[in-house]
Amino acid sequence: MSAQAVPTPSSYEHLLDVHDLVMEFPVKGGGIFRKVIGKVQAVSGVTMYLDAGETLGVVGESGCGKSTTGRAILQLHKPTSGSVTLRGKELTTMSNEDLRGVRRNLQIVFQDPYASLNPKMPVNDIIGEALKIHGLWEKDGLDRVGDLLKLVGLSPEHGNRYPHEFSGGQRQRIGIARALALEPEVLILDEPVSALDVSVQAGVVNLLEDLQDTLGLAYFFIAHDLSVIRHISDRIAVMYLGKVVETGTRDAVYNEPKHPYTVALLSAAPEADPNSERSRQRIMLTGDVPSPLNPPSGCRFRTRCWKAQDICAAEEPPPIDHGGGHLVACHFPVTDISKETASAALHAARGFSSGDPREGRQEALRRVESVESALDIAKGPVGGGGG
Amino acid sequence: MSTEEKAAAAASAANGNGNGNGNGTAAQGLSIVARTQGQLVRRRFFRHRGAMISLTILVLVILLAYTSIGFAGIPGWWIWNYYTPGKVVNRGAPTLSLWPTFLGGDGFAIGEHPFGQDDLGRDYFALTMRGAQISILIAFVVGIVGTLIGVIIGALAGYYRGWVESGLMRFTDVMITIPILVIAAVLGQKFGGAGPLVLAIVIGLVLWTGLARLIRGEFLSLREKEFVEAARALGAKPTRIIFRHILPNTVGVITVAATLLIANAILLETALSFLGFGVRAPDTSLGLLVSTYQNAFATRPWLFWWPGLFIITIALTVNFIGDGLRDAFDPRQNRVRA
Amino acid sequence: MTVPPTTPPDDVPGGSVYGPAAEEATELFQIYEPPDGAELAAARGKSISSVGSVEVLKVEDLTVGFPTEDGLVRAVRGVSYSLHEREVLGIVGESGSGKSVSSMAVMGLLPKGARITGDISFRGTNILSMSKQEQRSLRGRKIAMIFQDPMTAMNPVYTVGFQLAEAVLSHEVMSKKAAMARAEEMLNLVGIPQPKERLNSYPHEFSGGMRQRAMIAMAVINNPDVIIADEPTTALDVTVQAQILEKLIEVKDAFNAAIVLITHDLGVVAGMAHRTLVMYAGRPVELGKTEDVFYSPRMPYTAGLLGSIPSAGETGRLRPITGAPPSLINLPDGCPFSPRCPLATDICRTVEPELAPTDAPDHLGACHHWDRLAAAPDPTAFFRTESEARR
Repeated sequence: MSAQAVPTPSSYEHLLDVHDLVMEFPVKGGGIFRKVIGKVQAVSGVTMYLDAGETLGVVGESGCGKSTTGRAILQLHKPTSGSVTLRGKELTTMSNEDLRGVRRNLQIVFQDPYASLNPKMPVNDIIGEALKIHGLWEKDGLDRVGDLLKLVGLSPEHGNRYPHEFSGGQRQRIGIARALALEPEVLILDEPVSALDVSVQAGVVNLLEDLQDTLGLAYFFIAHDLSVIRHISDRIAVMYLGKVVETGTRDAVYNEPKHPYTVALLSAAPEADPNSERSRQRIMLTGDVPSPLNPPSGCRFRTRCWKAQDICAAEEPPPIDHGGGHLVACHFPVTDISKETASAALHAARGFSSGDPREGRQEALRRVESVESALDIAKGPVGGGGG
Repeated sequence: MSTEEKAAAAASAANGNGNGNGNGTAAQGLSIVARTQGQLVRRRFFRHRGAMISLTILVLVILLAYTSIGFAGIPGWWIWNYYTPGKVVNRGAPTLSLWPTFLGGDGFAIGEHPFGQDDLGRDYFALTMRGAQISILIAFVVGIVGTLIGVIIGALAGYYRGWVESGLMRFTDVMITIPILVIAAVLGQKFGGAGPLVLAIVIGLVLWTGLARLIRGEFLSLREKEFVEAARALGAKPTRIIFRHILPNTVGVITVAATLLIANAILLETALSFLGFGVRAPDTSLGLLVSTYQNAFATRPWLFWWPGLFIITIALTVNFIGDGLRDAFDPRQNRVRA
Repeated sequence: MTVPPTTPPDDVPGGSVYGPAAEEATELFQIYEPPDGAELAAARGKSISSVGSVEVLKVEDLTVGFPTEDGLVRAVRGVSYSLHEREVLGIVGESGSGKSVSSMAVMGLLPKGARITGDISFRGTNILSMSKQEQRSLRGRKIAMIFQDPMTAMNPVYTVGFQLAEAVLSHEVMSKKAAMARAEEMLNLVGIPQPKERLNSYPHEFSGGMRQRAMIAMAVINNPDVIIADEPTTALDVTVQAQILEKLIEVKDAFNAAIVLITHDLGVVAGMAHRTLVMYAGRPVELGKTEDVFYSPRMPYTAGLLGSIPSAGETGRLRPITGAPPSLINLPDGCPFSPRCPLATDICRTVEPELAPTDAPDHLGACHHWDRLAAAPDPTAFFRTESEARR
């Protein structure tokens, strides 16, 4: 079994297969004709798959290309190269007319519940529009909209109200109802709860889980919130600067992260537990994500990685299976997290701005001060305690 | 499983599991008095004092102009018309008196010719009203024509982008670089004799540029909004996206821009007529009246003041209404930080 | 095609420049000895007790209202807290809870129409009764602010160095050169590499994390006593967030400043704050030591909030709080949380509870039934079971 096999149209391995997807955006200069002076590669060769009824969590920081990947799958942006197949059918080369049919099967829920609903349309029209576009609007159209509203936990009587009359959580439910109107098999959820307050997030996450159970939906769940991803996903793909650096089952990625970036990401996420927050040792990455206009050679994470060596700059690491489909794209995968915490701290200290070795050393000392907690990370990973 | 069954199953599942944010939330969140966007805009506009006063004055002026001497064959209530010459009384001085007697005046009186008479003895009130009729007509036609063209060009450029945008916007740029007055003067000289309606359409063909740029900007930003993306994800065709999703969200901008376009058109018509490229005798417009009697300014100033007063009133009130609309459509008014 | 797993190169410790590093790390451990639990607690205890006894900022019964077309929006209704030297006070709440508005009032940044009452005193002097001139000299110098979005908080047409120097010069008389030197020193302090060169950069030339560092530099350049940080890391990625928070703590210690940390992220507060203030519908509903608030909440809202976060161990359903926050124009009678609260009784729907001491004198809660939470071994779990029972 391999995620890289190209399926033939007659038979397919996965419900949704994304192979070597590349998405470039031109950068235009000034002047009258606004010549293209460069390009940003937002997604650089992403390969992943989604099976029926499962949830693939896609995590990464802003600018890593996770949202662009979602939109490219939907063909909202035409991918520059690569293939996206749904039930074995290639989407990237399809005509707009054929795509319209595919879209019944592939829908999206957006992040911002305030921007994703047309403020000038009542809710019935927003949800019913999908049916109208696909010629499915019949006499009982309004009843179907009412059913959809009930399905997402709203009352059908609210259908003639406008979006601004609803709270953020309710709007997100309307967005979900719209996506479900065509009975799709795959939902792309682009940060569906990030814009909501914590106490409301939980309700929407529950709803999504219920819908998955009753309707058998497959979710492509994009988020930066690691605790939500952990809660909802079956498998996880970690992205960094347009590449997938690690994929695997939830437990594999959270309990035995192998890519240094995943390790750092997991160790940096704060949790609502004062004792473990204060005692735990973080892997502090230096610097920011490099610009996608000019990505680093070789491994893209090497500029911030404490394990980077010459080979990392020279050669891009291929994804290597560490068992059970746990693919890691790293020349030096992490095995012992506690050790890494210390060497990462030391690395950070060396790179410390002042250039004064003594100060760097002080910094290092301070960082490794409570190294015992780093061992905790190794045993029960980030988020061990819980509230 | 049909949708209905699926829906029912999931709904019962959701409710059975005690889905927290369900109906309870809905009922609660909606307990506040909710208003539609339109109601909010109307309410804000009606509370805008300057705009309301201006609107009242403008409506009165329009009523006065069109009912007094009649329009398009329908007779008005004013005794004189604007084309029959008469005997010039008292050098044509106005007979209108508003100065009360207890302040040493002549008391309130309208008299025979409240605005006076022109050289030929025509009633100047009737003439001014005719001028106002034509000016208002031209202004509104220009407003409609200019807005239509501007919206179409702006929408096409903003939605399709690429070479469509480049082509249309470069054309717009060229239009903008040529002074409006010059184009209008050339066109006006060619078409001015064909009547005010043709003149209005011609001016409309010149005045759309600002609106086109504005609408293009709106479309450019709205087409990237998530609700437009959502419509595309549902498979909506461009026409549907443009007319159902983007255009309704630009109504505010269009209304404000069209109003200001009308104010502009009044001034442009005045300028053209003043220069002799606009409306021509025997018909008249406010600009033409001002231009005809500019030499009489020292000796018989009322011939200059009356049409001038109406030009200023109309232009000013339309501008104020535009301001009021802009404030009413501006959502930032209600924003509260939390 | 399946690529065979490579041997992890860990048995060769680096093998290049980083090899000795690992050794040095082990050596460091030996010098420092992995501290045991008690030592660790002592170390942490030290940082808690390092809070001074001097009160720098005191807010008393602060209310803020915004008149709108629909009526008066009562954004803040009676906030009181005090802040001591070197203390970090976390203010948490959801959108619309009034957490930002209350601190904007302290900074004097509210729009003109806002109606403010109450007392805000800085080291014993009431700010609100000061002259405009005095207020200005206090704000920015003694009380500084860090905003959520540094891109909008900095002026895009001036260099970072100019803006930093300007911040100094508007409060102190010194040469431009000295101010620039101070700016460079600050950029270095917040960990911006090549600070001298960076002085001449414009804000847009900085990355998000760097801008937020520059923002911190600008806030502390006048050696403030109080730093108000309004969602300082919300716009940043997690890996950068960790850097910035650590830098903020470092800077606070270097300047002996106190921090008011406003955020919706309970994780950030858990790791940073000595004390935590929870706000709901414009009012503080719980105030206490961070551990007390997180481990033994005395207000059902806090318990519900903590319970609604997905936690690592659990895979079952999440427990949202039913309902939505009330409208600030049209608040319910009694406790504003009562419509969503499983513990609510008749008194909750008629009398709004005051923020009062609960089982510990320094742990305040605004709830008629805090004792029921206190009686439960795990208040968060108790809230959940009660919520479910009530459905």
